[in-house]
Amino acid sequence: MSAPRPTAALPATRLIGDRLLQSMGVIVLALALSALGALLWDVFRDGWRRIDWPFLTSFASRRPAQAGIYGALVGTLYVMVMTAALAIPLGIGAAVYLEEYGARGRLSRMIEVNITNLAGVPSIIYGLLGLGLFVRAMGMGRSVLAGSATLALLVLPVVILSTREALRTVPKSLREASYALGATEWQTIWHQVLPSALPGILTGLILALSRAIGETAPLITIGALTYVPFAPDSLSSPFTVLPIQIFNWVSRPQAAFAENAAAGIIVLLLLLLTMNAVAIVVRDRFERRHA
Amino acid sequence: MTRTTRGWIEFAIERVLLLCATASVLVTAGIIGVLLAETFGFFSEVSVLEFLTGTEWTPLFSEKHFGILPLVMGTVLVSVIAMAVALPGGLLSAIYLSEYARPGVRRIVKPVLELLAGVPTVVYGYFALLFVTPALQIWLPGLSGFNALGPGIVMGLMILPLVSSLSEDALHAVPNGLREGAYALGSTRMQTAVRVVVPGALSGISASFILAISRAIGETMIVAIAAGQQPRLTLDPTVPIMTMTAFIVQVSLGDTPAGTLEYRTIFAVGMMLFVMTFGLNLVSSWLRRRFREEYA
Repeated sequence: MSAPRPTAALPATRLIGDRLLQSMGVIVLALALSALGALLWDVFRDGWRRIDWPFLTSFASRRPAQAGIYGALVGTLYVMVMTAALAIPLGIGAAVYLEEYGARGRLSRMIEVNITNLAGVPSIIYGLLGLGLFVRAMGMGRSVLAGSATLALLVLPVVILSTREALRTVPKSLREASYALGATEWQTIWHQVLPSALPGILTGLILALSRAIGETAPLITIGALTYVPFAPDSLSSPFTVLPIQIFNWVSRPQAAFAENAAAGIIVLLLLLLTMNAVAIVVRDRFERRHA
Repeated sequence: MTRTTRGWIEFAIERVLLLCATASVLVTAGIIGVLLAETFGFFSEVSVLEFLTGTEWTPLFSEKHFGILPLVMGTVLVSVIAMAVALPGGLLSAIYLSEYARPGVRRIVKPVLELLAGVPTVVYGYFALLFVTPALQIWLPGLSGFNALGPGIVMGLMILPLVSSLSEDALHAVPNGLREGAYALGSTRMQTAVRVVVPGALSGISASFILAISRAIGETMIVAIAAGQQPRLTLDPTVPIMTMTAFIVQVSLGDTPAGTLEYRTIFAVGMMLFVMTFGLNLVSSWLRRRFREEYA
């Protein structure tokens, strides 16, 4: 939608306020975008010299020049795969129920309100939940599994909301045609609705995971280690992830560690950029098919 | 497959999916349960009154005081600074994008703003500590290396896209008839925006503001990295402070055994944080619902 424009030319004096508001909007946006530019420039200036093959393949070290992110990268990979494995079936299942079977009474409405509220709970609170529930009560310890379960709960509302959004774009006629051919409700969902909504669902999933990959606070709270000179080898291993490794380096006073942190940030941002690029490509293909 | 078996399978699948949906309710119950259990344990050793009104927070010292006010003050201080950036900035950019910008400009600016919102918070922490604070020190020589100002500004920058995008949705929802009416009466775009469109979208805009405040209160890594680790009851933005979230991080970094009072403090502080943000979120979603009804 584009706003209608006044057609009659107004005297210049009356347009001063108009111009003022417009330029303030432009200035704010320019400032915000140049701050983003400054952030990227600052990080790249500090960190790009540190990025080389040994940095990617070395473990953390007390000597900044020899420290690398291998342990954190493998940890991030483990945690992301497990988070996806836990959050995706649960989130898609919940979304399908609410969108396809839901609207059937108070329970669905209550669940809906609850999901919206959960989406606004600070991530560090999920960390406390993970600490109390997974680490202590369920005895998982400070493991990859406990961290993934915590992050899975954290992104669950995002997965549910975006999947519902995708399901809503599937035209009703598709469902009706399927029913007319004698398909049951589940057959319709499984063979028609889900395949048709798949690109939209995938886009949402990637965005949810790109939120999880940058999360630091909940994993610190459940006790992910900040100094890990090894890679996790099972779901019960202690672990660290890239953002925590960055946090660890930022917290040290020596400039050499800040350089490592900047290099770690570049790697993290590149991972995020890749995930978002994949999401855009998927969405693009989806839109073209439906055009 | 007979009709009844198929019916049975359909029924089973629906139940399984219902279970998935109820999982989210269990998450809420889990959060409240865990927080309540540990908070009760905490208050069996510390008086509620001391916790809520005490002005000293030294739970990790040998002489322990459990007054949460310094942490709340730190949180409020950083949040106020962040809101001073995010609320006017977000609203202005929303007005610009919704009322002034050409569709081509919007199509480019909006995704870039979303990039700002997608940067991990630990990266913003780095930016606040090693770029913004040193830059501010050029003008404010008295500014401490850890302070509330730098992280507050950076946090505002992080939240600005949220305010901008939600407010713009609210502005968009105002029917064009109202704009046309204002133009027909000879209003400029500024007059239309300020006197007709913004008032018309007010509950939607307020909802986005409140959500932004809640986000600022719960934000963790920026303040844990750049605001310092010193709980103090001050409104001075140039000295190190500590927020509620930064305290939870500080304790979590050490290996605190379960069941100790130190372990329970983070849940008591978490409870406080949860109550504050949850209350704000409820108000925000109530406002948004009301807004939707207005133009339904």
